[in-house]
Amino acid sequence: MKKLGMVVTLIVLIGAVWGFLRTKPDDTKIEKLVLTGSSTVAPLAVEIGKRFESLHSNVRVDVQTGGSSRGVSDARAGLADIGMASRALKDDEKDLLSFTVALDGISVILNKANPVEALNKQQIIDIYTGKIINWKDVGGNDAPITVVNKAEGRSTLELFLHYFGLKNTEVKPQVVIGDNQQGIKTVVGNPDAIGYVSVGTAEYEAGQGAAIKLLPLEGIAASVENVRNRSFPLSRPLNLVTHTEPAGIAKDFIEFAGSTQVNDLIEAQYFVPIPR
Amino acid sequence: MSLSRADRQLITLLRGCALLAAVIVLLILLFLVKESWPVLQHVALTRFVSDASWHPVDGLYKLTPMLSATLYSTLGAVFLAAPLGIASALFSRYYAPPFLAGCYRRLIELLAGIPSVVYGFWGLITLAPLIGRLHPPGVSLLAGILVLTLMILPTVALTADAALAAVPIAYLRGAAALGLSRWGLISGVALPAARSGIIAGIMLAAGRAIGETMAVLMVAGNVVQQPLGLFDSVRTLTSNIALEMAYATGEHRAALFVSGVALMSTVLVVVGTAELLSREPHHD
Amino acid sequence: MTKNTLATGLIWLAAILVSGVFFWLLSDILIHGLPHLSWSFLVEAPRNAGRSGGIGSIIVSTVLILAVAMVTAAPLSLATAVLLSEFTRYDSVFGRLVRSSLDVLAGVPSIVFGLFGNAFFCIYLDLGFSILSGGLTLACMVLPILIRTAEEGLQATPNDYRLAAAALGMSRSAALVHLLLTTATPALVAGLMLGIGRAVAETAALIFTSGYVDRMPDSLFDSGRALSVHIYDLSMNVAGGDTNAYSSALVLIILLLIINSIAMNLAKQWLHRSVVTV
Repeated sequence: MKKLGMVVTLIVLIGAVWGFLRTKPDDTKIEKLVLTGSSTVAPLAVEIGKRFESLHSNVRVDVQTGGSSRGVSDARAGLADIGMASRALKDDEKDLLSFTVALDGISVILNKANPVEALNKQQIIDIYTGKIINWKDVGGNDAPITVVNKAEGRSTLELFLHYFGLKNTEVKPQVVIGDNQQGIKTVVGNPDAIGYVSVGTAEYEAGQGAAIKLLPLEGIAASVENVRNRSFPLSRPLNLVTHTEPAGIAKDFIEFAGSTQVNDLIEAQYFVPIPR
Repeated sequence: MSLSRADRQLITLLRGCALLAAVIVLLILLFLVKESWPVLQHVALTRFVSDASWHPVDGLYKLTPMLSATLYSTLGAVFLAAPLGIASALFSRYYAPPFLAGCYRRLIELLAGIPSVVYGFWGLITLAPLIGRLHPPGVSLLAGILVLTLMILPTVALTADAALAAVPIAYLRGAAALGLSRWGLISGVALPAARSGIIAGIMLAAGRAIGETMAVLMVAGNVVQQPLGLFDSVRTLTSNIALEMAYATGEHRAALFVSGVALMSTVLVVVGTAELLSREPHHD
Repeated sequence: MTKNTLATGLIWLAAILVSGVFFWLLSDILIHGLPHLSWSFLVEAPRNAGRSGGIGSIIVSTVLILAVAMVTAAPLSLATAVLLSEFTRYDSVFGRLVRSSLDVLAGVPSIVFGLFGNAFFCIYLDLGFSILSGGLTLACMVLPILIRTAEEGLQATPNDYRLAAAALGMSRSAALVHLLLTTATPALVAGLMLGIGRAVAETAALIFTSGYVDRMPDSLFDSGRALSVHIYDLSMNVAGGDTNAYSSALVLIILLLIINSIAMNLAKQWLHRSVVTV
């Protein structure tokens, strides 16, 4: 009886594996579009891809992550049809073409319990370079400031540094984070923290009751609306990148992603559609 | 001792399988060296120790604070997890009533399968703020050590449990017949007999601790500085790779792979020393 | 207080501490994840970047990746462990080389495995982002765990059994199958549990090998998102994904319970032919 059970299990297992281990999908019937790159753009690309697939029945859109530089290098090497980058192309990447799909603003955030309501440019610079180390020097409680910075190479960091005229070697953080969500959760968990994350995400989380507040920059409130009407000064582009002039379904996809048909998807990810 | 032909064929096949592990290690090392080549061509190896700081975008590549962070967090975690894990195994083998022991063992097996991101998430949301109230900023070496301990404890506990299960019951009965107390039996007979299995478990756990990426990334603070106290924010070599790989290009990317090589070399040295030091006589 | 009482007290304390912390963690997941758990959550495909819909396709991908990893790693590990324990002297150069390699392999960071797996399986062997690449990479990661625990288990069986078997005229392979593997079963099962746990928990390695695609996979060559990758994406990458992250974590734990019981029963059935009662 035991032997029979074993044999049955083995047959079922082998059958299942064989059933799945068919030859690679027939490429002539189904066209596959591969996107790799930024994990910020990836969720948006997945949703755009699903809508694209529903409009074109023989197309499959596969999205992989790995980071903006992965996206750029894969597009260049032909390992991906389209690369995703959450930044503008650098000088040594000018052999590639980029198509902006959405904008993402950057906002400085504080913990909600922090009585400070606004900081001017110089104060933020002094906090981040370690010249001001206690909240009482900017009108807050008597508590040491926990400075939260982003990891090196990230586009949010570079935009932040560029806007405030700083170099990363000058910044003296107490905590370094990677993704936006990590930044938000760090500030939520520490009443004396200051950090910067994507505007859309911060606005959403604050609306959901997370204990953060967004600081206005030079008097302009940090909101998705203000990024949209270009009054908010700090924002980065979300780009689709190709090596050569796109053709075929890649071209269709990029056009689709740049059209107003996907505005609701962009807003659902808390990014800002660019005016068409 | 002479072997039949079937046995000899079997052995050749098995040797091939066994060498696979060594081959994979070699391939991984080659891969790491190949990817770090672009930076090794212009940057002397000593600079990875002597540069002022880690700011690869500006061409500064000091790795040593991160190496210390890796070592401290691993040692701390193993130091905490080993006694707790062994105690857990002893509990489920010798102290708990059978039903409780079974439940406890199921619990530990379950915890071996919880993704590192869940541990990290919990650490960031629950543990770090608690530590922060003691001493800001909360995300720190201590948080990293505690989360790592939780993650590697199941490894120690389950392997120790299996090792203790393999102690021949004749030994235990003999000890009981001699009138040893329960603890005397454990410390004098069971633990020494299970020693090699327990040590193997601790080595596996240490390996897991050194290689853990995601959870430590979320709770250790990630500031590149020499850890001077438990509450300092630190960055381990693995977190560094995970944190910066997504956006690194060219030399920066290659420098990250150099830290991968540094890590593997450290592991090689530690494993090699452990292997040379242990000259246990084993039955053949 | 005698040493015995002190030891008993400390050990109970340790057990209570450990289970306390773990219950704290598990209850967090239960409280946040249970309200959103439903049948439709388990079978539907993800929608809206995973914030609505379900995780049906993700569960399927996870099980497939796990199956590939274990089917590849388990027989290989058993063979290697048998070789190391039965057919090689403990302190021979070969044995020490293999054992050291395994210890080094156990220390390789998961992200390095991911990058290596991507370069070797996805690009060099041209498997692309696929369940197969993910499973094979996981198999590499899990090898040290399975081999070391199995080897220790076999080493720990009393030598008398081998001598008795030889005296009875049994061939070495027969002695192995009928006696030694039976006695070493607890160790083999422990290794299996740890290996499955590690495979299911792995995130960084899978992001680069089995990929991010959340569609229901058609074959092993398709890219498929594993449950751990999905949880990572929802909690760390997507705004508003926290609730579904908790529910997915809860599903993962339940899945693990089921897989562990099945694996344990299968292993005991295959290995434990009771010839010897101790």
